[in-house]
Amino acid sequence: MTARINLGPLFFHWPSDQMVDFYARIADEADIDTVYLGEVICSKRIALFEKQYDAMRERLLRGGKKVVFSTLAEVAVTLDRKHVKAICERENDEIEANDASALTLLKGRPFRIGQLFNCYNIATLDYLVKLGATHVTVPVEMRAAGIAALAKRANEHGIGTEVQVFGRAPLALSIRCYAARARDRQKDNCQFVCNEEPDGLDLHTLDNGRFLTINGIQTLSRHFLSLAGEVTQLMEMGVTHLRLSPHTGDMVKVAAAFRRLVDGHVTADEAQAALNEAQPDAVFSNGFFHKMPGRERVGTLA
Amino acid sequence: MAKAATDRPNRPELLCPAGTPAALRTAVDAGADAVYCGLARRSNVRNFPGLNFLPDEFLEGVDYAHAHGAKVLMATNTFPPGDDLKDWTETIDIAAEAGADAAIIADIGVAAYAAEKHPDLRLHLSVQAGAASPEAIRFYTEHFNVKRVVLPRILTIAEIRKLKSEIDCELESFIFGNVGMMAEGRCALTSYVTGVSTNMDGMCSPPSHVRYEEGPDGSMSSVLGDITIDCVGPNEKAGYPTICKGRYWNSAHTEPYYAFDEPNTLNIANLLPELIEAGVTALKIEGRQRSRAYVREVVAAYRHAVDNILAGRDPDLANLVALTEGRGETKGAYASKRWR
Repeated sequence: MTARINLGPLFFHWPSDQMVDFYARIADEADIDTVYLGEVICSKRIALFEKQYDAMRERLLRGGKKVVFSTLAEVAVTLDRKHVKAICERENDEIEANDASALTLLKGRPFRIGQLFNCYNIATLDYLVKLGATHVTVPVEMRAAGIAALAKRANEHGIGTEVQVFGRAPLALSIRCYAARARDRQKDNCQFVCNEEPDGLDLHTLDNGRFLTINGIQTLSRHFLSLAGEVTQLMEMGVTHLRLSPHTGDMVKVAAAFRRLVDGHVTADEAQAALNEAQPDAVFSNGFFHKMPGRERVGTLA
Repeated sequence: MAKAATDRPNRPELLCPAGTPAALRTAVDAGADAVYCGLARRSNVRNFPGLNFLPDEFLEGVDYAHAHGAKVLMATNTFPPGDDLKDWTETIDIAAEAGADAAIIADIGVAAYAAEKHPDLRLHLSVQAGAASPEAIRFYTEHFNVKRVVLPRILTIAEIRKLKSEIDCELESFIFGNVGMMAEGRCALTSYVTGVSTNMDGMCSPPSHVRYEEGPDGSMSSVLGDITIDCVGPNEKAGYPTICKGRYWNSAHTEPYYAFDEPNTLNIANLLPELIEAGVTALKIEGRQRSRAYVREVVAAYRHAVDNILAGRDPDLANLVALTEGRGETKGAYASKRWR
């Protein structure tokens, strides 16, 4: 039993150059199977880097990676719809759907079910497989029992199951931009301030607890998810792919840590130690998997 | 003849919350055209202790409402996890057996079950499904014959009007109550803090995890799990700790502030004529967790306002403003894009 390592879509707003450099390094150095490109959070940002997509895609393909394009998760206004349509019109690429509007646009084509698409159960999975789903990434708050049931069913359908094992947990979406709000601005005149925090803007409680992280319209966990200690269980359940969510830490090192863990070359504690080095300021948690508060850490993570 | 039907004034349905059998009767008596309620289990998103209906109570509720000319909608608007579907499929079965006028669904698997097992049961798409674009709505109307979509509270009235022209189903819109700030059905904040999942367990900020802590200076903190959501001075009233209504700070805004939203009550009474004109078919009042007295007052006030609007009279909205219980009120997204 083994699993492949995938790199999920970048949630944060990085300047175009930083993004290009990041994916070039991933292409050249990272032991990663599939890379998801495409903006999933904010349609306003896309114009700033969409011209780079084809070059990033080429570079990743040359590096031996599979490339999948992910669609926007919250689709309401005209600009959102335009970008979902543009992604769905990429005929030579696999598409990962993050909302139902993409399914309408992808009618008749195979597709992947994204992490931000609510596929919580086997009945939903069965239905989406009938429509052409070839792969599913489970929602981040999914508990072990639910992941096991979905992975089993996905295996019966002969499709892949992916679980996020590294990175801040995507917790919520809104129509309102909280990065703009933190500067007393509105979404329409945001001036792209979300690019000032490449891992998100950390939110503190009144008693100075580190709580959440703001990324434009998205809210993420302050803690980093790490399922290093659960990788063996995930593989036993039939989970076929482990998702890393991109951050400013050393993602090549993160990928290598999980690769060695999957291959049985290091222990979970050793892998976790590598994650601590790769993302030095991170606090790690794994509560969702254990039916605990997501922010809690269960077991003996190093 | 079809022409005549479309020329008829759009008479919207006033849809009211019924957290308990008593609240159902109260809402119907106060003039609700329809009520929505859920079973006392995970299958609805207000799965709070002491609320909701047992199957027999639901049957009786449907009989009472129908006898008084009102409809009953069964909220089945959470997401079953893994292979644990029984609470949801039973809820759909009970809705169908009781003769409910619709089931409000969010999950694709639950929708597929309902459409296959009970093709005569009318389906509405819950706000928890977060469908705000014509393409997303079309997915549910085409696949599951969904007849109505409950709109996320994120669109302006101008956007709602445009949306209506692009889809072939009824629109339902929230007009009053306590509304969360995150896209419904896509929020795991409670799950992150308490381990209770809004999507899977049907609770946002479960009371079992709420406490109030008095500080040495007489201040009062509202706490959820281990997280301080807000803190007020000795003479202020501490609010219920809802994560998206809390006060926090960050490096860009070092003074504590409502980082997501002020704890306001949505009240779009003065936008009602526009909303109706934009093609919204059902006007929804939030508050299944509210008392009968509250339900009676809000429903009666909105009944009066809607009837006045339809009769071309002044809607007489002053008493609606009083219902926000001293909290601030907001028109939310409806009035302007600047709210975002």
